[in-house]
Amino acid sequence: MTASVTDRPPTGRSRPSPKTVLTWTAVALVGAVAWAMIALSRGEEISAVWLVVAALGSYAIAYRFYAKFLARTVLQVDDRRATPAERLDDGVDFQPTDRRVLLGHHFAAIAGAGPLVGPVLAAQMGYLPGTIWIIFGVIFAGAVQDMVILFFSLRRDGKSLGQMAREEIGAIGGAAALIAVFAIMIILLAVLALVVVNALARSPWGTFSIAMTIPIALFMGFYLRVIRPGRVVETSIIGVALLLLAIVGGGWVQDSSLAGAFTLSPQTLALCLVGYGFVASVLPVWMLLAPRDYLSTFMKIGTISLLAIGVLIAAPVLKADALTTFASTGTGPVFAGKLFPFVFITIACGALSGFHALISSGTTPKMIQKESQVRLVGYGAMLMESFVAIMALVAACILEPGLYYAMNAPAGFLGATAESASTAVATLGFTITPQDLTAAAAAVQEQTLVARSGGAPTLAVGMSEIFSSVLGGDALKAFWYHFAIMFEALFILTTVDAGTRVGRFMLQDTLGNLWRPIGRVSWKPGIWATSAAVVLAWGYFLYTGVTNPLGGINQLFPLFGIANQLLAAVALAVATTILIKSGRLKWAWVTGVPLAWDVAVTLTASYQKVFSADPRIGFFAQRDRYADALDQGTLLAPAKNTDQMHAVITNSTVDGVLAAFFAVLVIAVLANAALVCWRAVRARQPLPSTETPFVESKLTAPAGLFPTAAERRELAHTGAQPGGRDLAP
Amino acid sequence: MRPARILGGVRWYLRELTGESQYERYLLRHGETHSQAAPLSRREFERRRVDRADTCPGSRCC
Repeated sequence: MTASVTDRPPTGRSRPSPKTVLTWTAVALVGAVAWAMIALSRGEEISAVWLVVAALGSYAIAYRFYAKFLARTVLQVDDRRATPAERLDDGVDFQPTDRRVLLGHHFAAIAGAGPLVGPVLAAQMGYLPGTIWIIFGVIFAGAVQDMVILFFSLRRDGKSLGQMAREEIGAIGGAAALIAVFAIMIILLAVLALVVVNALARSPWGTFSIAMTIPIALFMGFYLRVIRPGRVVETSIIGVALLLLAIVGGGWVQDSSLAGAFTLSPQTLALCLVGYGFVASVLPVWMLLAPRDYLSTFMKIGTISLLAIGVLIAAPVLKADALTTFASTGTGPVFAGKLFPFVFITIACGALSGFHALISSGTTPKMIQKESQVRLVGYGAMLMESFVAIMALVAACILEPGLYYAMNAPAGFLGATAESASTAVATLGFTITPQDLTAAAAAVQEQTLVARSGGAPTLAVGMSEIFSSVLGGDALKAFWYHFAIMFEALFILTTVDAGTRVGRFMLQDTLGNLWRPIGRVSWKPGIWATSAAVVLAWGYFLYTGVTNPLGGINQLFPLFGIANQLLAAVALAVATTILIKSGRLKWAWVTGVPLAWDVAVTLTASYQKVFSADPRIGFFAQRDRYADALDQGTLLAPAKNTDQMHAVITNSTVDGVLAAFFAVLVIAVLANAALVCWRAVRARQPLPSTETPFVESKLTAPAGLFPTAAERRELAHTGAQPGGRDLAP
Repeated sequence: MRPARILGGVRWYLRELTGESQYERYLLRHGETHSQAAPLSRREFERRRVDRADTCPGSRCC
């Protein structure tokens, strides 16, 4: 035994070489200069490259120093301990997977439309608050949460967040976590579906391209099932080629007599999505979901790399202000409320996203080879997602502010025409002429860009600016715009399908306790009934979002943000409790400080959403204002008739009750966690551990992306293939 | 690095990421453990692999 103690893994501290010191000093200096450029330049336009450099510099420093400190000192990762993947390797659920492959898996699972939409909406406060929150939020909160939860789940055979909440905090914590996951899923699906509706409404090009993804996915599914089983790469390449053809084909359809058939109103599109969500989620996975997943993964990695290269080559200039007046007045048209707390609610994914805790405690911990790899997979993947958010922010901030507000303010405020939108934007203090607005729509071959809220169209216009300045010029602008719309809509539809399934399984699981048959995963009527219930739940919010005269995104996005950050509070509370229970009180600030911040943000936002007397912010104040007007028989703009007045009243009530409900959940979890922590602090020794016992590892694998010299020697010495069954060339 | 090596690396990565190489891994494993029974055909193996997802969905984030 003494041998294994002195035989420290090759992560022992040694003096850094002068070259290392020099390199990291240079990285720090470059990052600091970029931050200074962003923060100190006023009244002049700066290049987006500075944002990218500041982000990359900060990530590098954080990964090298903070993540290493977390791994070594706080979590005390131990590579002599076998991971669940090694101990329980069954070739199916548990199997040791190459760290680089697992990084790809984990990244594909956490990154979706969230980091693309939030930053675009938050751009109404200017680029500075968003940039600071995305970068510092990820370093000190988001990536920490992902890595710590991944590690704690890893030490507990891959237990889920809900299970850990129940075991570490108690029954209330566990139940609250479960309800939170279900609620956030419903709101998330509604908001994402709303983004798609707003992107496709009255756009025959976009609608045709997205509709074509269904036959393409069906074809791929059939090809993989029957013709060439298992040839995924080949099938995906065919699929991506067909996808590009569908984007080009959309242009032809738009100019043909078929255009009318694909020009749909938001209401029709919402109904189509609800129908699609139901059918897709009851079909077998191989038909639609599996091929869609491959397509989205390829598109995601490809497009994000293209965007990064595009930003660096095109080096666009940021047209948005660093800080707009909306940050302090709270009267912004995209979402109401001041900088604190609403920027931190709007940008969830990319800075701190509670949803990731579900992935970090799902499949990933069952596949990791070595404990030290939590730094690369957990922290590293979240840094990558944060970088995606920075690029989305860049794409939104290179647009003329006038165009940005004409696209993102609610339709009720802007009116339907370029002229009315131009007048409305002028009241905000920005200018865009009706001619410029029409020209911007014509450049991407859309009928109109007015009130295309939801983030996707704005991001697509920004991306088409960047891409077309690198490749193709104005001639390809429309193609790149629809390429970007396709890219977003594709993985939103995948999420709609997968999310509905996850919601259905949760519902089946819960209802199965009351009535056995409904819990059976293969009983068709049970599947149909629970799927329909889930689809109707998010469909309800989607439909109210589409028809709400006040603007669906404006009303629903804050709810989605609050729900997501609430889940983060649950995850961080679980992590802090585990740290304290295992006798690491002095390191509890690592998750405790982000938890305190997140709770301050979530509760302030919920409080304002429930109790604010300003009808733009407070749901109940809004409800009262419209109810009073209705009593007096008057109509309040933007409502045009009494039906719309009633719609506003109902929506505000439902949204207000939800906001209050979320706040109550957070408080319940926190109170329960605080009680457990208090007991742990009072106890004379650490409380009984819930970790699985130590088993010695026989695997050898590098910790980081690139093996160190010592790791290479060790690999050569043991003669082991990294990861046991490695098929590397 | 030679282009062929880079291309080989990309191919390896994509096959691993999409799970295309799972079948080869299964055959290796099968050879090591219970070699009496014949291994599943690729068609049958892939069928079971994808159908498993029907009963345990993977989470996808926002």
